[in-house]
Amino acid sequence: MASGNRSQAAQGLGLIAPPLGYAVLVLAAPLLTILAYSFFKDGYLTVIREFTLENYRAVWSDPIFHKIMLRSLGVAALVTLVTVVLAFPVAYFLSFAVDPRKKSMWLFLITIPFWTSYLIRVFLWKVILGYNGVINSGLKSLGIIEQPLTFILYNVNSMVLTLAHAYAPFAILPIFIALEKIDRSLLEAGRDLGESRAMTFWRVTLPLAMPGVVAAALIVFIPTIGDYVTPALIGGGKIPMIANMIQSQMLDQDNRPMGSALAVTAMLIVALLSLVFVALNRRFLKVRQ
Amino acid sequence: MKGGGLRAYAIAYLLFLYAPILLLPVFAFNSGTIIAFPLKEFTTQWFAQMAENASLRRALLNSLTIAVCSSVFATCLGIFAARASTRFAFPAKGPIMGLIMLPLVLPEIIVSISLLVVLLSVGVKLSILTVMLGHTLICMPYATVILSTAFNSLDRSLEEAAYDLGETRWSAFRLVILPLVMPGIISSLLMSFTISLDEFIIAFFLAGNEPTLPTYIFSQLRFPKQIPMIMALGTVLVVMSILLLSVAEYFRRRGIAKTGAKDTGGFL
Repeated sequence: MASGNRSQAAQGLGLIAPPLGYAVLVLAAPLLTILAYSFFKDGYLTVIREFTLENYRAVWSDPIFHKIMLRSLGVAALVTLVTVVLAFPVAYFLSFAVDPRKKSMWLFLITIPFWTSYLIRVFLWKVILGYNGVINSGLKSLGIIEQPLTFILYNVNSMVLTLAHAYAPFAILPIFIALEKIDRSLLEAGRDLGESRAMTFWRVTLPLAMPGVVAAALIVFIPTIGDYVTPALIGGGKIPMIANMIQSQMLDQDNRPMGSALAVTAMLIVALLSLVFVALNRRFLKVRQ
Repeated sequence: MKGGGLRAYAIAYLLFLYAPILLLPVFAFNSGTIIAFPLKEFTTQWFAQMAENASLRRALLNSLTIAVCSSVFATCLGIFAARASTRFAFPAKGPIMGLIMLPLVLPEIIVSISLLVVLLSVGVKLSILTVMLGHTLICMPYATVILSTAFNSLDRSLEEAAYDLGETRWSAFRLVILPLVMPGIISSLLMSFTISLDEFIIAFFLAGNEPTLPTYIFSQLRFPKQIPMIMALGTVLVVMSILLLSVAEYFRRRGIAKTGAKDTGGFL
């Protein structure tokens, strides 16, 4: 048996070696390089390989960083809240009301927009919300407004709308999967014991669905915070988020140690917040076992 | 009809998801030069203009080359990862699979910037090859997920029967397992192709001076004159994506039916 396990392990490791090697070379090594760079000094057009914490000190004391990081966190939190709250009823409908044979068709319909060019979808919101855009020109030709509305583009709200639209399907799937796993007899038991429909939902369905809600929140929050296209197009480049700041430090100003320190700090903040979020929901996540 | 109110909400939600995409063909066939109501006449001139555009053709060729190569590489790597994770127990399995799946959650800006810094410091010239490196990396987790479902629904006794009948490990894989997971492989190829074709950030940072379709679109968005043509291009891209995804979904379902597993639905 022991030799069987060993050969199992050897075969498994042999098989996993190519994808693992690729991930190490193209993902882990570059991430470690960024980490190393963040402790180096910036020379003009070169990087001086001397250990320093100066980059981190500069990042933490930079008021622009504070502002942009807070904005990114705020936008991502708002987008997460909006997508999860809007997605939950859809996932609930899919799991509880849709004929099982039609479920994959519904899921497919929901995922299609997610897979169609992200850039074009973001740009379309600009077309819709713009000064001469679809909404303004539509309202004008209907005679509802005289002057184009200017408050609908190039601000944080329009960025939240665009991102919430882009990540919507991402939120539905984990919640749907969690709801599917719920043993339906538990709900019947709740009703039999005299709970109302609403109370059964509140005390049985929702706690059991929480792992899915937590997963949905993380899966929306993390990529949203690193979004580059939406601030560039919908924010008109004037309301940068952290990705735009990293890009401009790294490339426009060619300060790689500083850009690396920014990227590492942002990743740490996101990782920390995600861990806190998971810890806060630990009570719900334990339910599964 | 169960869940009347919820059904209405779900349909409204779907409409919200599709609304922007539905605008694409509306303005792609509209002769007005600005994207606004009221609509003018029906025209196909933007599609004609698109077909004549040389830099667009170049971008298309680049995108197709990148998407074909990345999807093949990612699917090959995905086959290894899926086979290893569904069939074998090995040390550090969790962390290893975690690293392979990491690009699913890591913002693309981090992936592309870190890769860019390394490539530049090693002195690699940016080209469509460097984009392929990045695209293979981000397609690999999707390929692994799709293929794991395919490998998971395999009945292990089929493989053992092949060994008992004298097949070697490789010939059993080729003659028994591969045909059974073939729908999963096709589905993975198509998904990876679609992801690579649509991907913008990595192409934007790693392509150097070579345009891909998304970076070409991005560069044209500044010119209002070009917008109707971009709407036409967008229409073509969206139709292509939907076709590819439908075929991928068809193969995914066929694969599940072939191995007799229950359909859990969805790509993720």
